[in-house]
Formats: sequence, C-alpha cells, structure tokens
Amino acid sequence: MNDFLVDKTTKTVSFSREFDAELSLVWDAYTKQELLDQWWAPKPWTSKTKFMDFTVGGRRFYAMVSPEGDEHWSLQTYTSISPKTNFKLLNAFADKDENPELPGSEWDLTFSERNGKTTVRISIYNESLARLEKMLDMGFKEGTAMNLKNLEELLATLSKQQ
Amino acid sequence: MRRDIFQAIADPSRRAIITLIALQAMTPNAIADNFNTTRQAVSKHLRILTECELVRAQQQGREIYYSLEVEKLKEIDLWVNQFRKIWETRFSQLDDVLSTLKK
Repeated sequence: MNDFLVDKTTKTVSFSREFDAELSLVWDAYTKQELLDQWWAPKPWTSKTKFMDFTVGGRRFYAMVSPEGDEHWSLQTYTSISPKTNFKLLNAFADKDENPELPGSEWDLTFSERNGKTTVRISIYNESLARLEKMLDMGFKEGTAMNLKNLEELLATLSKQQ
Repeated sequence: MRRDIFQAIADPSRRAIITLIALQAMTPNAIADNFNTTRQAVSKHLRILTECELVRAQQQGREIYYSLEVEKLKEIDLWVNQFRKIWETRFSQLDDVLSTLKK
C-alpha cells in the first residue's frame, strides 16, 4: 500500500494500491457481488452481501461476519459511477433491517491502468471521530479526523532522541 | 469519566501543548505564555491531558512541571496501523482473487 495519508484538515484518509491485473478485472472485483465477497472481509471475518445493485442510487447491503458468527451490517449507496474509472459511495453502519446510522463516510475510488497493472486510489472522508472509534471496536477502521502526520513526525523525532 | 488518547489530541490547543512539552517539561505558566487563551483554559487542557495519561505533572520545589509520556503517544501510531493492516489484508486477498480470475 502506498502514500497512506491521514489529513486532519480534510478529515480524509487516502491510500493507493497497484494490482497485477488488467483494469476490467480489478473493476469487476470491486463492483460484482460474488467477487467482492471473496476478498472484502479481512480473514477470519467473512463478507456476506445480502443484495447489491451497482447503479447510481443503488445500494449494497452487506455484513461482516465474525468467526463467532456475529453480523455487523453496513449499507453502501452508490452516488456516482464512471465505468472503469471511478465510483463514489456513502458507507454507513446499519442494523439488520437496513436502517443506516448516519453520518457515515464518503468513499471515492479511482482506477487507472498502466502496462497491464491497475492502480486503485481510495479516499475515505469521515465526519466524526466517534464513528471511527466504533469502527475500531469492531476491528475495522475507516479513516480519522485527526492530523497524525505531525504527531508521527514528532514520534520519529522523539524516538531518535531516546 | 474515562478518557483516552484520542480525546487528548482531538483539540488543536491540546495538540499544540503536546508539541510544546515534547521538547522539554514546562510549568503551566510557561505553557500559557504560548497561547492567547486564558490560563484557566490552558489548565483545563492540561487536566484533560493528565487524565488521558498523556502528560505527567511533577512537583519541583514550588513549581509543577508538565512533561510528555512518549510511550502513550505510540498508541496513536498503533491505532492507525490497524487501519492500514485491515486494508493490506483486504488487498492481498484481492490479489489472490485476481490471480484466480486470470487463470
């Protein structure tokens, strides 16, 4: 994973990743339910998509299932789709009856191909720190509302001094 | 009320205080001299930072000196790394899916 960035001023976390596959394949892996469920949940968790309608205004309702069988539901709403280039969505926690907990986070995913390799750039905007902490409780985190860069630099300086 | 490190750094003034005392232990007055706010406001931030166990107060003669608990600060780094780890796991799983698809 490259240029992992936490930006407090924009409340955004962004990062990119290159995959050794052509664009259309990577695009499918992000936008087709049966493929998404194969990689979306970090093992030993599993991803279970109840329904997914990849169109503007369409939604994906899915659960992260823990090894013990606990289901953590999320609802994603696609707000913009430029085929094989970019898509945006709103991601929110939800209960099992599809009621979202707002505000969620806003995701922006951009795809580009060079020499048969595909780069995906993801940025995630989060409004609240509380939401982030909830993510952490579940073992997932999606961004942060703090400028850690300064603190990281500070840590680096301090650890040199020790 | 239980506090944690993320509350400590959620406020810009507190982040500025952390940066100040990272370099050397300081008295509340010396810290307040760096801000345009009231001493009460600075004291309140220092109290929160102390409750978060990010800052330690030590009595030296008639003065109290505040210093930074560097180890505590590393929690933030660990926390961000968890986020990174999740995505790295996700992405390496996607690598596997993609290589299966290519066959």
